[in-house]
Amino acid sequence: MTTASPNTAEETIAENRRRYEALKRAGQDQAPRALPPPSPHGLPLPGAVLHAETLPGGWYWTTHLARGEGLRIALDHGPASVALVAWSAADPSERLNTADTVKVQWTTALQKGRVLFSDMGRVMLSLTEDSCGAHDSLAGGSNAAANAARYPGGPHRNTRDNLVLAALKAGLDRRDIPALVSFFAPVSVGPEGRLAWNEAGRRSGDFVDLRAEMDLTVTLSNCPHPLDPAPDYAPNPVAVTRFRAPPSAADDLCRTATPEASRGFENNALAGQ
Amino acid sequence: MTDANPILDVTVPAQAPWSGLVRRGQTLRITDTEGCQAVDTLFYRADDLGERYSSQDTVRMQGAAYVTVGTPLVSSEGRVMARVTADSCGRHDTSAGACSCESNTVRFGHATRYLHACRENFALEVAKYGLTKRDIPPNINFFMNVPIEQNGDLAIVDGVSAPGDYIEITAEMDVICVISNCPQINNPCNGFNPTPVRVTIRDAD
Repeated sequence: MTTASPNTAEETIAENRRRYEALKRAGQDQAPRALPPPSPHGLPLPGAVLHAETLPGGWYWTTHLARGEGLRIALDHGPASVALVAWSAADPSERLNTADTVKVQWTTALQKGRVLFSDMGRVMLSLTEDSCGAHDSLAGGSNAAANAARYPGGPHRNTRDNLVLAALKAGLDRRDIPALVSFFAPVSVGPEGRLAWNEAGRRSGDFVDLRAEMDLTVTLSNCPHPLDPAPDYAPNPVAVTRFRAPPSAADDLCRTATPEASRGFENNALAGQ
Repeated sequence: MTDANPILDVTVPAQAPWSGLVRRGQTLRITDTEGCQAVDTLFYRADDLGERYSSQDTVRMQGAAYVTVGTPLVSSEGRVMARVTADSCGRHDTSAGACSCESNTVRFGHATRYLHACRENFALEVAKYGLTKRDIPPNINFFMNVPIEQNGDLAIVDGVSAPGDYIEITAEMDVICVISNCPQINNPCNGFNPTPVRVTIRDAD
């Protein structure tokens, strides 16, 4: 037989493996080199302020972001960690998916140029600016029991209860609370998977700018990260600004930084977003 | 540990879902019969399905990213649902979630949309209990090898489970266990060739 025959199982497996190894090389070697350095402190907002909020230590805040609007979260009052969850405003069953976010981008290192994915393979938020680059998507937030065991005094406000409250006020319930991203939470994974906190990874004045890539409901919680070793419960206020972001051009960093992000945005376009 | 006289002993075919009740004190064993087969797994509190496995609370409580013997499997309410009591493999993932038709398009290209995926298995299985897509949080991936490097690099690499390797989970509350025997053929989590696994449940010794 010299005519073409269907691939054998072994050939299909070998082909799928070749494709995966090529994607992995592209994702881990080329993409990080293409990403820019951290944003400088004090960078002016790129558009008009729509709302400015000072989020007190321990508290939560929910906002709607129309597609194209920006949200700046800034450590203007000292170090803090800010947990974020997001739901699609049109269909809140579509929500932030941290596992997909780190898996499809081949990294837990969220930084300027990266994006946050929903569970439906679409981009919810782009990190258009980021002076810090130390954000955690593995260890989640505090809860009442953890804070009681961790801090003197109390009870102290915690992220789990904050997110339950925010979900209920958005007409949702605790089943709707997705796994979260903590900004300004310098957590690294060491040998055997042990997590470590590197306080030098965040500084006063750090900020991130997020651009909504679909209409969203976003909740922030400003409580100490559960791995933050500071002995006292003393979260600083956080400055939050919703702003009119400039339209993203065809060569927009977040849309083009990786093939994975590009395909995510193609999924947004297919959904009319 | 012997696995003699289990009260349940089923083979979950390649690419198929399974779910069942594991009572407090009972031990669930999942055996990777042919090796290198990811088993995506979730737990729900049997008398309050709104309380479910939380990967982030599990990682937070043990201060480490991987699941292995001794790992408490923690719920969204911060309670220990179950504990890993035996593990012949050594390392399991709970950071990379489940595959889905949607994320496959992002990872591997739009041509991979119409392939079976764990999210499909989970959705069909949790629907039996009146649950919906919003009830499917990031899961455990037994027998899936996802090292996370100090610089954040994270990738699914070749599995380390040999034929017959097993994990045992002892329930500390009555739980519904939901499994997707992962159908993924686009990465090494199943050696690009999904195979059956065996699930047994036995009472406390």
